[in-house]
Amino acid sequence: MFLWKKIKNNENIYYAITNVKVQIGFSLFFLIVLLAIIGPMITRYTYTEFAGPGYHPPSGDYWFGTTLQGRDVFTQTVFGLRSTILVGFIGGLIASFIGVIIGLVAGYKGGLLDEALMMLTNVVLTFPTLAVLIIVAAYLPYRGIVNMAVLVGLTVWPWTARAVRSQAMSLKSSRFVDLSRISANNVFRILFEDIAANMFSYIFMVFILQFMGTILATVGLEFLGLGPTRGISLGLIMQNAVNWNALELGMWWWGIIPGLILTFMIVSLYFINTGLDEAFNPKLREF
Amino acid sequence: MGKYFGKKLAIYLATFFVAVTINWLIPRFMPGDPILSMLAQFQGLEGGQEIIQSRFVQSFGLDQPLIYQYLNFWRSLFRGDLGVSITIYPRPVIDIIRNSILFDIIVVLPAVSLSWIIGNKAGAFSGFNKKADSFLMPFFYFLTSSPYFWFAIVVVYVFGIRLNIFPTSHAYSSGMTPGFTLPFIINFIRHWFLPFFTMFLVGLGGWAIGMRNMIIYEKKANYSEYMKSLGAKDKMVRRYAFRNGVLPQVTGLAIQLGTIISGAILVQMVFSYPGLGYRMVQAVQNQDYFLLQGSFLALITMALAANFIVDIVYMIIDPRIRASYKEEK
Repeated sequence: MFLWKKIKNNENIYYAITNVKVQIGFSLFFLIVLLAIIGPMITRYTYTEFAGPGYHPPSGDYWFGTTLQGRDVFTQTVFGLRSTILVGFIGGLIASFIGVIIGLVAGYKGGLLDEALMMLTNVVLTFPTLAVLIIVAAYLPYRGIVNMAVLVGLTVWPWTARAVRSQAMSLKSSRFVDLSRISANNVFRILFEDIAANMFSYIFMVFILQFMGTILATVGLEFLGLGPTRGISLGLIMQNAVNWNALELGMWWWGIIPGLILTFMIVSLYFINTGLDEAFNPKLREF
Repeated sequence: MGKYFGKKLAIYLATFFVAVTINWLIPRFMPGDPILSMLAQFQGLEGGQEIIQSRFVQSFGLDQPLIYQYLNFWRSLFRGDLGVSITIYPRPVIDIIRNSILFDIIVVLPAVSLSWIIGNKAGAFSGFNKKADSFLMPFFYFLTSSPYFWFAIVVVYVFGIRLNIFPTSHAYSSGMTPGFTLPFIINFIRHWFLPFFTMFLVGLGGWAIGMRNMIIYEKKANYSEYMKSLGAKDKMVRRYAFRNGVLPQVTGLAIQLGTIISGAILVQMVFSYPGLGYRMVQAVQNQDYFLLQGSFLALITMALAANFIVDIVYMIIDPRIRASYKEEK
């Protein structure tokens, strides 16, 4: 009860956790993460193993059915989910970090530095991300989960930089920043303690969106066969399904179930994001 | 306006410059000399010797100073020489690109414009209508959360396999000869529909969500409240809110273009629809590096052209930019 009182005193957190969209989103997200954590532990098969008869629809033995060769789709999906969440997390962190730093510096400093950084941002923004990633991945002989995440993270940050920049620009003319400046605080302190700290909730939401962006870009690459060179991933399962004509053979479970779980995960993140937006932004709250 | 335009133009030129440089840099400096091993393949083919002597190939040659190689790459680019494809030997890459780009435009352009227009309308409806919103909003979120290629898989399964009303791959049946004959046009449209439909629906969700959020914000704005207190009709309040919401949606279009083109690549893969994206991925699989570079460059150029169009549209509909143009004159 003490904790509840403390939460109630903090307006932002109180509104966040009592928002219905946040609650729905979090429950769904939690379930899917749970699936990724527990799934690989409870499955009886490995993802490369020929677990049973091929062409088997979802049943008690094979929850998501089997592939044409008899691999267990459930096992592949939960292992793939792990790799997808991991890539999204690392890539999202990198993208948010780059975007926030560039946005903060450009918005606070202004002038020529701002022009140069925004030029860079707009150039990266204009590139069709996937095309660039295809070019780079095509020439990379070995691709692991971490360098995939870094690669994707390096290309999806621009809109964050733009959004953070405009926030920083409006914050920098506020009185407490002026005060900080008069007190001769150094630039880093002003940037992080005054400006970034005041848009922390915003940065958290940016991270959620970047997490999603990274996942979508990575899964796209995996689907083209340019994902991590070893292991299984959600995109790879679906690529296999398309390559083996699973749909024409009526094996809908092979191509559709892994993508459906992925889509639900993204939907849950959108719900969390919209809910938080309502919670932190009183203007949207009453709706 | 001149300044606004000049800035945009600078960004486009810089993007193009970076794209060309990446295009030369990556194959040139990748370990394992992928270009060299591809040239070795050319040697065995008829007329291959000539290709190796061409300026384009020379720009990856090892016997010249780097800066000359780089400049040579630009020079051959301006002369439209992008090398020769090895999978469809001996067709020049520029030729393949010219044929593929039509398939991109014919799918992406109608899909994007229609989804933008209808998505905005649907989003505005959802934003004003609390009852409809409670089930429309999750639906829009579902659409926009679907990865393009997964949605394409679902569409193939439902419309192509289950209902069996549309063909699910290639741009036209293999027995057909392209031309302006009625059977061919019908055949072409039937093949075109599912890729278009996929891109349209996935796009629609995002625009609807964007507009819905804008409307909810705008209808709380002071001018809306003031209009209501003056007794203005609901319809009028809605119209003003919509007009205010449209502008950020145009900016959103510019931001989303990259994602849309990426989505088109994936959709083309599912439907084996022979646009640039399909060619590009095919080139990766066959290690046809010249075709890969050529289609990459063509895709970037397409993205730049699309951005340019959005800029012009923005200028036309934003009264503030129009006003500043008049002042300058």
